Amino acid sequence: MELLAFGKTGWGDELIVATIMTLAVSVAAMLIGFIFALIFTPLKLSRNKFFNLIANFYTTIIRGVPELLVIYLFFFGGSSAIMFVASIFGYNDYIEINAFLTGAFSIGIISGAYSTEVFRGAIQSIDKGQFEASNVLGFNKVLRFYKIILPQMLRLSIPNLSNVWQITLKDTSLISVTGLVEIMRQSYIAAGSTRDPLLFYTVAAILYLILTFLSMKIINRLEIKYNKGY
Amino acid sequence: MDFDLIINSFPKLLFASITTLKLLSVSLFIGLFIGLFFAILRIKNNIILGKIAYGYSYTFRGTPLLVQIFIIYYGFGQVELIRESFLWSILKEPYWCAVIAFALNTGAYTSEILRSAFQTIKPGFIEAGKSLGAPNKLIFYKIQIPIAIRQSLPAYGNEIILMLKGTSLASTVTLMDLTGVAKYIISTTFKPIEVFIIAGSIYLFFTFIIHNVIKFLEKKYSF
Repeated sequence: MELLAFGKTGWGDELIVATIMTLAVSVAAMLIGFIFALIFTPLKLSRNKFFNLIANFYTTIIRGVPELLVIYLFFFGGSSAIMFVASIFGYNDYIEINAFLTGAFSIGIISGAYSTEVFRGAIQSIDKGQFEASNVLGFNKVLRFYKIILPQMLRLSIPNLSNVWQITLKDTSLISVTGLVEIMRQSYIAAGSTRDPLLFYTVAAILYLILTFLSMKIINRLEIKYNKGY
Repeated sequence: MDFDLIINSFPKLLFASITTLKLLSVSLFIGLFIGLFFAILRIKNNIILGKIAYGYSYTFRGTPLLVQIFIIYYGFGQVELIRESFLWSILKEPYWCAVIAFALNTGAYTSEILRSAFQTIKPGFIEAGKSLGAPNKLIFYKIQIPIAIRQSLPAYGNEIILMLKGTSLASTVTLMDLTGVAKYIISTTFKPIEVFIIAGSIYLFFTFIIHNVIKFLEKKYSF
């Protein structure tokens, strides 16, 4: 137990910091995912075949390829791409890009693909009458989206977004391969230096369980709050 | 784009995908039985057994697969009791550690899928069986299980695809599966895009096949 103490003797405080790091990466990834989803959802719903193709390409590939492979692509590919750009400007030293950014970006692309599907489903399940009513009332496209579609879409997608959040939270454990010190990486370091992997990986599992449990509680509250009128 | 690398690494990656498929099929097979077992515990009206089954599925669905593999591979090797028992001959192999972790993980998801399938069976079907005088066992094997399997096909198809992606984590415990070999080639050649294209296409090809087989089964057993 003293291995988990706070301060210099134990790993308690390091693990707390790592948990905050996991949360930070998850939130960042989720937000990046939303940006991707807001770009690709309209493409997916558009009547243009070419736009459909692009959006389907994105969601199919990302959802069909292992997360780890995507992370390797950005981890190894990211710095070489930047180094290539830098070499054009005459800078030839090794550039290491931030592990947090690489991680948040690669997990964000993955969660974006899932969010796209969630938003698509939510918009498609909005009653057609709503679109017609907004046309009758003379709303333009932008106003219709912000005032009518978006609020309903968000409410309808909360349950499925909570699944995406859970997936994203668990996927962040894979970023540990890039060296970002989140829960998994910290446990790996602690397990290596104390030779007690069972303890630290069990603690890691408990920390993840706490995170998923708490986020479920918060999301359930949100769901009740936004379903009040229905 | 380095086409030589693509041509050279394609057979290596294809060969590595055999390991991936082996891991997938073995763990799905074991996981199906685990899932069925815990789903049955959930639908029996025994509170304690139900709670145990719920705890199992909650724990395995609430923690990352990576943690589960690491606990089994690195963690269990540390316990004297396991190292001295017959279990050690299994748990010292990374292959079996990965299979155990995958099977327990997919078992948790499968139990949820099957449980909801069992619970959505119309009571009329079971009543019809009873009025025909069929014993409970017969009702279970001949009515409930076939309907539950049909009901859970779409969700189970998704689970198979998730598991296919999950097997990539075997590369973290030294197994050379498709992702493991892909990572090895990337880290020796520093050409991530080419390798990603090939490995990604192989994975997509498998997902495509799984998706269509499930679709075919759904159509065949629709009622």
